[in-house]
Amino acid sequence: MSPLAVGAAATDTTRSGREGWGPLPRRPRPGRTSPLLTIRAPISRRSRLTLAVLSLALPFLAWVVLVASGVVPSRFLPSPGAVLAAGIGMAESGELFADLWATVQRVLFGFGLAVAVSVPIGIVMGTFRAGQALFEPLISVLRYLPASAFIPLLVIWMGLGEPSKIALLFIGTVFFNTLMVSDVVRGVPRPLIDVSYTLGARRGEVLRKVIVPHSLPGIVDAVRVNAAAAWNFVVVAELVNSTEGLGYRIVRSQRFLQTDKIFAVLIVIGLCGVLIDVVLRLLRNKVGRWTG
Amino acid sequence: MKLELSGVGKSFRTGAASVRALDGVDLRVASGEFLCVVGASGSGKSTLLSLVAGLDVPTEGRITLDGAEVTGPGPDRGLVPQAGTLYPWRTVERNVAFGLELLPITPEDRAARVDWHLAETGLTEFRHALPRQLSGGQQQRVAIARALACEPEVLLLDEPFGALDVQTKEDMQVLVRQVWRDTGTTVLMVTHDVEEAVFLGGRVVVLACDPGRVAADITVALPEDRDLDIKRHPDFLALRASIEDIVRAQHRAHTARATAGGR
Repeated sequence: MSPLAVGAAATDTTRSGREGWGPLPRRPRPGRTSPLLTIRAPISRRSRLTLAVLSLALPFLAWVVLVASGVVPSRFLPSPGAVLAAGIGMAESGELFADLWATVQRVLFGFGLAVAVSVPIGIVMGTFRAGQALFEPLISVLRYLPASAFIPLLVIWMGLGEPSKIALLFIGTVFFNTLMVSDVVRGVPRPLIDVSYTLGARRGEVLRKVIVPHSLPGIVDAVRVNAAAAWNFVVVAELVNSTEGLGYRIVRSQRFLQTDKIFAVLIVIGLCGVLIDVVLRLLRNKVGRWTG
Repeated sequence: MKLELSGVGKSFRTGAASVRALDGVDLRVASGEFLCVVGASGSGKSTLLSLVAGLDVPTEGRITLDGAEVTGPGPDRGLVPQAGTLYPWRTVERNVAFGLELLPITPEDRAARVDWHLAETGLTEFRHALPRQLSGGQQQRVAIARALACEPEVLLLDEPFGALDVQTKEDMQVLVRQVWRDTGTTVLMVTHDVEEAVFLGGRVVVLACDPGRVAADITVALPEDRDLDIKRHPDFLALRASIEDIVRAQHRAHTARATAGGR
C-alpha cells in the first residue's frame, strides 16, 4: 500500500480528518495523438507544405468542378481559364496596369498621410499621460464611425475627384493606427526608462534613444495590419465614383456582366495585398532582429 | 559624507489607504564605503534605493550627495536593477556605451572607456552579442559595466543577483567585490540575502518592517581581502547568524502584525 493511501494505519505524525475518504480515482492516461491534433505541437515540414497546398487547391478544385458540371452558369461563375484570359487581355491592353497604378497611388498618398499623422500622435499618446488624456476620448469615438459612412459627406465637401478618395483612406486607417502605435509605445518597460535616466539621459534622449527604437518593430506591425485595411478602403472608395482604379474596373465590368474581368481584378487585388504584407513583414524582421 | 539620508520617510497612497514604506531613516555612507541594506520583504528597501536614485521623491526628509540635495535621477548615482533593463536592440558594447554617448567626449575616448569596463567585467568576448543571447549572469555584468562606465559617485545595486542561480550569484559577488576594489567607487546595495550582505559589505544595515526604519547598523569586521572560502569561517558564520536573527525577528513581527491587523 502506498504511504499516501487513505485508510492506512494512522501514525503519530499524520493529521486526522481524512479517515472516511475513499481512494481518489485515477483517470486512464490518454493515448498518443498525432502532432496535427496536439495543442501547439510542431508539425513536420511535409505536413505543413501539404496543408498549405491543400488550402489553396481545394477551393480551386471546387471552382473547377462547379463550372465544369454546369451547376452554375458561366455568366455568374466564369471558368479559371476564362478569368486568366480576361486578366491577360486587360494586361495586354494596358488597362490593368493603369488601374493598378491609380489604386496604388491612392494608397500611397492616403495611407502614407495616415501613417505620417498617426505615428507621431501615437508616440505622444503612449509617452505622455497628457497626450493620452487629450487624444484618446476623441479617437476612441471616431474609430467606431464606419469610414464608408463618410463617403457622401466627403463627396459633398471635396467633390468626386482624388481628394475625397484619399480622405476616405485617411479616415479609415488613421484612428486605428494611432491607437495601435500608442499601445506599442506604452509597452516600453518602465524600468528601462528609469534606468536610462540614471545613465544621464534627458527627456528628449529617452524618447529618441529608448522609446522610439524599442517601439519600432511594433509600429511596423501596426502599419502592416492597417495597410490591409487601407487596401480594402481604396477599393470601396473607387467603387463609388472614379474613372480608373481596380475598384472602378470592377464596377465597369459589372455593367457589362463581365464576371471574368471581376474575378481577374479580385485576384490581382488579393495578390497585391499579399505582396504588401510580405514586404512589411520583411521590414519588420529587419528592424526587429533583436526581438529574436 | 558621500551620501546622507536624514529623516527620510515615504508614504504611498493606494486608493483611500495610505501605506507607510519608510519612516525616519537616517543613513550615512562614507566615500568608498560598501554598504549593504538588508531587510525582509515589506521593509521598503527597494523604495529606499529608488529614492536615492532620484526616481521617486521622499514624502519627508532630505537626501544629499556630496552635500547637494538629490532632486532627480542622474549618472552620479548609477543603478543596477534586478533584471531585464538592458537595451535589447543594442549589442553588449553599445549598452555599455549608452551613458557615454550622451557626453561630449571623442569616439576614441569613449571606445577606450567601454573597452576597460568590458574587460573589468569579463565581457570582452561577448561585446558584439545581443542581450537575449546572454545568460542572466552575463546580462547583469553588462548592467554593472553600463552603470560603472558613467563613473558614478555611488553605485546603487537593487537586489542585482536575486534572479540568478546560486553558483552564478557567487561568481557575481566575487566580481562586484573586485569591481569595488578596482574602481574605489562607493556602493549602496539592497538585498534580502544576509550571507551576501556580510560577504560584500563593510557595513550592514538592517531595515525594520512597517514602516521601514533602521533596526541595526553593524560593521563587518572581516578582512578586506575576501574570497568565497570566508563564508565558512566561524567569524563570518557568527556575524551572519546574528544579523539573520534580527531580520527574522523583524519578519515575525511583520507577519504577526499583518495577521492581527487584518491587512
